[in-house]
Amino acid sequence: MSKKDNSQNNSRRDFLKASAATGAVASSPMFFMKNAYAAENFRNAPKGGSVKLGFNVPQTGAYADEGADELRAYKLAVEHLNGGGDGGMMNTMKPMSLKGNGVLGKKVEYVTGDTQTKSDAARASAKRMIEKDGALMISGGSSSGVAIAVQGLCQEMGVIFMAGLTHSNDTTGKDKRRYGFRHFFNAKMSGSALGPVLKKEMGSDRRAYHLTADYTWGWTQEESIKETTEGLGWKTHKTVKTPVGAGDFSQYITPILNSGADTLILNHYGKDMINSLTQAVQFGLRDKMVNGKQFEIIVPLYSRLMAQGAGENLKGILGTTNWNWALKDAGSQAFVKSFGAKYGFPPSMAAHTCYVQTLLYANACEMAGTFYPPEVIKALEGFNFDGMGNGKTEYRAEDHQCFKNVLVVRGNQNPTSQFDLLEIVQEVPRSQVEYDASIFGGDLGPYKV
Amino acid sequence: MDAILIQILNGLDKGGAYALIALGLTLTFGTLGVVNFAHGALFMLGAFCAVSMQQLLTISKKVKDESITFFDAYKEQPYLEIWWGDAGTVIIDYAVPISILFAIPVMLLVGVVMERGLIKHFYKRTHAEQILVTFGLAIVIQEIIRTFYGANPIPTPAPDIVSGSAAVGAALGLSDALVYPWWRLIYLAFSAVIIFGVFAFLKYTTFGMVVRAGMSDRETVSLLGINVERRFTIVFGIATIVAGLAGVMYAPILPPDYHMGMDFLVLSFVVVVVGGMGSLEGAVAAGFLLGILQSFASMNEVKTILPGIDQIIIYLVAVVVLLVRPRGLMGREGVMED
Repeated sequence: MSKKDNSQNNSRRDFLKASAATGAVASSPMFFMKNAYAAENFRNAPKGGSVKLGFNVPQTGAYADEGADELRAYKLAVEHLNGGGDGGMMNTMKPMSLKGNGVLGKKVEYVTGDTQTKSDAARASAKRMIEKDGALMISGGSSSGVAIAVQGLCQEMGVIFMAGLTHSNDTTGKDKRRYGFRHFFNAKMSGSALGPVLKKEMGSDRRAYHLTADYTWGWTQEESIKETTEGLGWKTHKTVKTPVGAGDFSQYITPILNSGADTLILNHYGKDMINSLTQAVQFGLRDKMVNGKQFEIIVPLYSRLMAQGAGENLKGILGTTNWNWALKDAGSQAFVKSFGAKYGFPPSMAAHTCYVQTLLYANACEMAGTFYPPEVIKALEGFNFDGMGNGKTEYRAEDHQCFKNVLVVRGNQNPTSQFDLLEIVQEVPRSQVEYDASIFGGDLGPYKV
Repeated sequence: MDAILIQILNGLDKGGAYALIALGLTLTFGTLGVVNFAHGALFMLGAFCAVSMQQLLTISKKVKDESITFFDAYKEQPYLEIWWGDAGTVIIDYAVPISILFAIPVMLLVGVVMERGLIKHFYKRTHAEQILVTFGLAIVIQEIIRTFYGANPIPTPAPDIVSGSAAVGAALGLSDALVYPWWRLIYLAFSAVIIFGVFAFLKYTTFGMVVRAGMSDRETVSLLGINVERRFTIVFGIATIVAGLAGVMYAPILPPDYHMGMDFLVLSFVVVVVGGMGSLEGAVAAGFLLGILQSFASMNEVKTILPGIDQIIIYLVAVVVLLVRPRGLMGREGVMED
């Protein structure tokens, strides 16, 4: 009886042991091959020895020069990822999982698309790169309208979008997406960075007149700068929306002359900013005295390429920028050296953000140990890094917005070289530009699509 | 009063540009019967004549820029300044006025090549085909310019002496605060001179008389043994020069970029239609009228009552004019009515 009982006990024990062993053996490959379970089950999973990235930039149209600079940066990033050149920021980025042998041992290749700075064209070229060319990640853009449109598409298609130059609050605000990530700063951060400098240089009693580009970026920038200046005690005299690409802004500038406003805030970018600023200066606004004060012009978002176009008119005018080639930190210097040696001139801030985004994506794949997008997204969310040109930076998990130092700059009065167009007034610490992720609403959406 | 005067000035200088482009368009249409959608590109080419002259005068010697240590960068010092010092600087400063002399032969050449090489093959074709081919040509010209000059606007400043603002208010005994950019006033005067010159040419010269007669009745003039076609080709060249000069002088107002012609083209066509197809006087009158209306519609007082009116005023006026006078303000019977 007892023998029988023992025999039964042994048998049950043996069964449990055998079950446990079978389970352990069955699951062991998954344990050792992290996240490999989904390796074959996602769109454009890399096959063979290479992985393809899609760079979607304006190659024609008003932002073609900016797009060309972005493309230069992407090519440099790919070269560095594959172990070519001097490595650039791969030598300074911390923590760094990349080894200079591609990504997860696969050689990085790329395809390009032309956004034409039009949302529909940008979506079409991104779709083509995903469906036809097999791009695993899309990056690029020089307009918030384009970035938001492509980000939405990427979410639908389950492909990660690493945004290039996009400054609207909406990109990581009400239009944020789980598959979209922005390294570039935004209008809210520009406002927070500019505020104290404006107060110090222009006081707390001013009447501001806004000219605003009539699309998502212009609206959010106007809102953020208005919030900042009204917080300083300034009054908002008038906000006027202008059509994108208006060309001649004189009809919008003449009403300012006798309006009683003493500050003009140009929420314009690119060609519009060059034209509106040039014409504002021609109409003598900068020489005017209003309300006993010198009339001032502010350009909240600056870029060096724009500064080249605006020429002398930009001298002395305050604004913000995401990054500048004159920064002295090791990451910036490494990038400028690589870029300058390859192309003969320093990179723009658009080039910087695109280069960094490519490296960050590749590094996240290495960290995740897979190209499977939900795992790469998790690796990027909350990722803290340094050595990329803006000090200690965090990819905030709640909205996929990078938080880092922001530069307040001024059009250089006495440039020492043809590239020395912006003088850094202050490197505003990250803590000053941080905000609660919930203020802009929006929903990231699911990891699996 | 100040606000009204400044809007009138703004409307006149804007209208001057519209009138110059519309005048060229009407000349081409009235003589050759060609709807030339590449006319805006000619305006843009004119502006790039100014850019090219500026670049020609600032051809520079490259000197290593020691302030940049990360990579090899070079500063540029114009040869004119190296050779002639201050005199060289002054010549560079006057790049835009100098480029007028450069633009006249260049634009004439462009006009002749365009007319002989392409447009003449479309005289007998439908207006729709003319529009398609000239629009295509405009895109080709734009992209060529973008390839060589990039997409960003290129600053092309006026001479220093006229880069500031004129004290218009003080001169008229009004408020000292009323100022207006010198170059825009010069542009207005320049438009008036060119328009007057074209009208005088057509009215007081034998050549002009033949052209006007040909515009009214081509067949009869041809029957008299006059080679109207050849004269019309020359008129096409004149229209090209007018568009080019309008562009040259506009360069300091709007930093030229490859797309600037397209921005003006649509508005100028509306001007031509409002003025009346084929009517030179109509084109000029409509140009100034629409410029002034657009300027007044941009006043905050107006926009408070009618938000967005500044965006649609020109098209609204076009609709009203065409409803009341289907041939436009000064349109001729039989033009584009076949």
